[in-house]
Amino acid sequence: MAKHHVTTTINGESVEFLCDTRQTLLDVLRDELELTGSKEGCASGDCGACSVLVDGRLVCSCLVLGVEAEGKSIETIEGMAKGDKLHPLQQKFLEHAALQCGICTPGFLVAAKALLDSNPNPTETEVRYWLAGNLCRCTGYDKIIRAVLDAAAEMRGETHG
Amino acid sequence: MGEMAAEPAAGQFGIGQSVRRIEDPRLLKGQGRFIDDVNRPGQCHAWFVRSPHGHARIQGIDAAGARAMPGVLAVFTGADLAAEGLGGMPTKAAVKNRDGSAMKTLPRHALARDVVRHVGDTVAMVVAETREQARDAAETLAGAVDYEILPAVTTIADATAPGAPQLFAEAPGNVAFDWMQGDAAAVARAFAAAHHVARRTTVHNRLVVAAMEPRGGLGEYDTATDRYTLTTPTQGLTEVHKMVADYGLGVPAAQLRVVTTDVGGGFGMKNYAYPDQLLLPWAARKLGRPVKWYAERADSFMCDAQARDHETTVEIALDKDGRFLAIRTVWLANLGAYLTQSGPFIPTLGGPRLVTGTYAVPAAVCESKGIVTNTVFIDAYRGAGKPEAIYALECAVDQAARELDMDPAELRLRNLVRPEQMPWRMGSGQVIDCGNFPKNLDLALQAADYAALPARKAASRAAGKLRGFGLSSYCDPSGFRDGRVRIAFDPSGSVQLFLTAQTNGQGHETTFAQILHQRLGVPFAKIRVVQGDSDAVGFGSGTGGSRSVTVAGVGILRCAEEIEAKGKAIAAKLLEAAEGDIVFSPGTGRFDIAGTDRGLSIMEVAKASFAWDNVPDGQSLGLDASFHNVQRRPNWPNGCHAAEVEIDPDTGTPALLNFIAVNDFGVVVNPMLLEAQVVGGIAQGIGQAMVEDCRYDPETGQLVTGSFMDYCVPRATDMPPIAWVAHEVPTATNPLGVKGCGEAGCSGSLAAIMNAVNDALAQVGAGPVEMPARAETIWKALASARYLKP
Repeated sequence: MAKHHVTTTINGESVEFLCDTRQTLLDVLRDELELTGSKEGCASGDCGACSVLVDGRLVCSCLVLGVEAEGKSIETIEGMAKGDKLHPLQQKFLEHAALQCGICTPGFLVAAKALLDSNPNPTETEVRYWLAGNLCRCTGYDKIIRAVLDAAAEMRGETHG
Repeated sequence: MGEMAAEPAAGQFGIGQSVRRIEDPRLLKGQGRFIDDVNRPGQCHAWFVRSPHGHARIQGIDAAGARAMPGVLAVFTGADLAAEGLGGMPTKAAVKNRDGSAMKTLPRHALARDVVRHVGDTVAMVVAETREQARDAAETLAGAVDYEILPAVTTIADATAPGAPQLFAEAPGNVAFDWMQGDAAAVARAFAAAHHVARRTTVHNRLVVAAMEPRGGLGEYDTATDRYTLTTPTQGLTEVHKMVADYGLGVPAAQLRVVTTDVGGGFGMKNYAYPDQLLLPWAARKLGRPVKWYAERADSFMCDAQARDHETTVEIALDKDGRFLAIRTVWLANLGAYLTQSGPFIPTLGGPRLVTGTYAVPAAVCESKGIVTNTVFIDAYRGAGKPEAIYALECAVDQAARELDMDPAELRLRNLVRPEQMPWRMGSGQVIDCGNFPKNLDLALQAADYAALPARKAASRAAGKLRGFGLSSYCDPSGFRDGRVRIAFDPSGSVQLFLTAQTNGQGHETTFAQILHQRLGVPFAKIRVVQGDSDAVGFGSGTGGSRSVTVAGVGILRCAEEIEAKGKAIAAKLLEAAEGDIVFSPGTGRFDIAGTDRGLSIMEVAKASFAWDNVPDGQSLGLDASFHNVQRRPNWPNGCHAAEVEIDPDTGTPALLNFIAVNDFGVVVNPMLLEAQVVGGIAQGIGQAMVEDCRYDPETGQLVTGSFMDYCVPRATDMPPIAWVAHEVPTATNPLGVKGCGEAGCSGSLAAIMNAVNDALAQVGAGPVEMPARAETIWKALASARYLKP
């Protein structure tokens, strides 16, 4: 079966890839492009470990086909830090110990970034509901919520520590 | 010395500091290497055919169709393993029956040989060029297995009923063992003399562990060296190593290397070997190629060990003042279809240690039966019997308080072991060395503003709601068994710390570097922690039983003693001083001639230790030490948890308003990571108490909760605020003074929540209800108590 030729933008860079019709965007990112930061936790859209942004919209990449990336702009966990300079969300996750095993963490960070992109000043309840599509078995979420609120405040220029 | 000048002030990275995690930058950037991220050129992919039936006899497998499918390289069945005498999976925890006879061994095979005993039982392995091809062929093969369907039983009651279908000829009545501990005669005397006997049976709901990383593995075989490698997530290599070498490959352990990279959560479930782990390296040799497998989530629900599932009856005999005279516990454990490595341990050597909990009870007895059913096998999960025991006891204490119309806090206070009674020998023979249980209770009541509870309850009633408050006093034996530690300096000025302990999220790379830094003054940034490679770390127990900070931490101290002694000899030679005049300062990591300013840093000594001339005759070159530490006695983390709930009686919906966790973990290495561990454990407790429930169809044995759509893992919106109160009493049972923290959150939280729910219900004559306290359950209890008029 002929592969599809897809032209897309990933983390700001123009990317071309070949993929099978059946391959998900998650498969393409992980298997074809070696962007393994997005994780397969359920392959059914229930856990959020594969969260990416497609044209700014938060999606589970396990539920998107690779061919659907054509002409779109994709953002993944690999695009968040600039070299060794962590994104404020990553930095606050580090400071609050908001991760333990770390496998769900890329999904939480991408989802939280999507929230702060559209709502820079969320309430705690808004953060909890926004992140309710991301499962974490280790942390009990509390430190994640604190980290997101703290990062939001810092990105608004409000806090120092 | 110059290189030390740039180091931060001593103490910044030492014991007691909330040092940020070394492992986090890579995980935060998506650079973690979990099993799905480990792949080899030329690898092929495995998929497993699993039983669609709860109980069936395999009449035949016609693999021809599957073998002919695109990309298929091999199909393996139980007959292939049997032909080589491989694939048996014995249990590790062989307990004794009450009559002294040995527990029956029940057959278990990596690939089923004749009978499948639970939905998901492993029937065959398909290997193909791609994961999709393997899955497609496995689906075809699944349809080519000829099953004679047998009647299934999934519950304790059904499995032990007269005429119930039998899983094993070796286990008549589906009873695998009948165990007892304690002084039955003394307990009988106390009950005969009791003023009151309170009795409560609790159902401890079955859970799916649901680590966010599904299991997986990569098997490899190198013809040149006749050596296998298995890369797979574990909580420590040794258990998996022994099992795969002995039963999967039939080779000496040295012929197998086991590697664990980043692990996406374990919780006890990744302690031991699974059928797939036995098969991957075996198949790699057969096929001459690396064989990869990564479970999909639907697979995980059926092929990962499940958790809990007990019915426990606790009877408390009380005198007229509410003092506990004796406790009798009858424990029925649904162990699933097979006796796993830890399965029989949980309701025997695991939980019944705690049948008297934190109370000064003179006499206790516990009877446990292990029941096999057509459900997924049970193995260790965060506490492995300890949360079960504390839950059953603490619910019974509240039952006693209700029956005697006593304040549950007061009833607890009258019976808690007091500090002056320490060390306290429990009826189970366990000795609690230290802790202040009444103070824990007092701190919890203060944090909860217990005095104002009646007013809050009245306000809720006025608003048409029911408010309840619950307590749970717990202790949690932790930190025993063994683990190997090696510290090795190198000539370039860094040090590696090798551990058989295995992080699966706890932050070992940071915690153990802190302990080494504190003890030897090694610059924190120069320490690299190595885990997860059997060639490097050797044999020794991994992470489980809230063990690692004690076992590996003390191991580090033992190694450090040896390194200090070796370093003194080298420093004495270099400084041309007598060895007895050299003084080592752990805080600065300096070897100095006593009373002078002449000395050397440990890094200077380490570099010098590789030169022949610098090392005394007869002493090994280099600076390293290893110690396989055994902690024979547990330490006893303890605490008091409290919860407050409000129920909307119209819908039965419970709101968990507040959770208070008073905990004693002795000396704390990293307060931030400790709190993270315990809050994570509490979250799993809240999940179990409020939302999680694994269900089977009782007729067919079908797993009803087979995905995250049916099985509810708690979400960010399910968690209440958690008030954290530290009340540390250092233990003298280990030189660090630490107590384990991994499982305490589960042990403490369950009863606090359920006692709160049932306190709310009891005010209107409803309940008690069992876990999980979902709206439907609560609404039905209110309706059947005629509080509601449906």
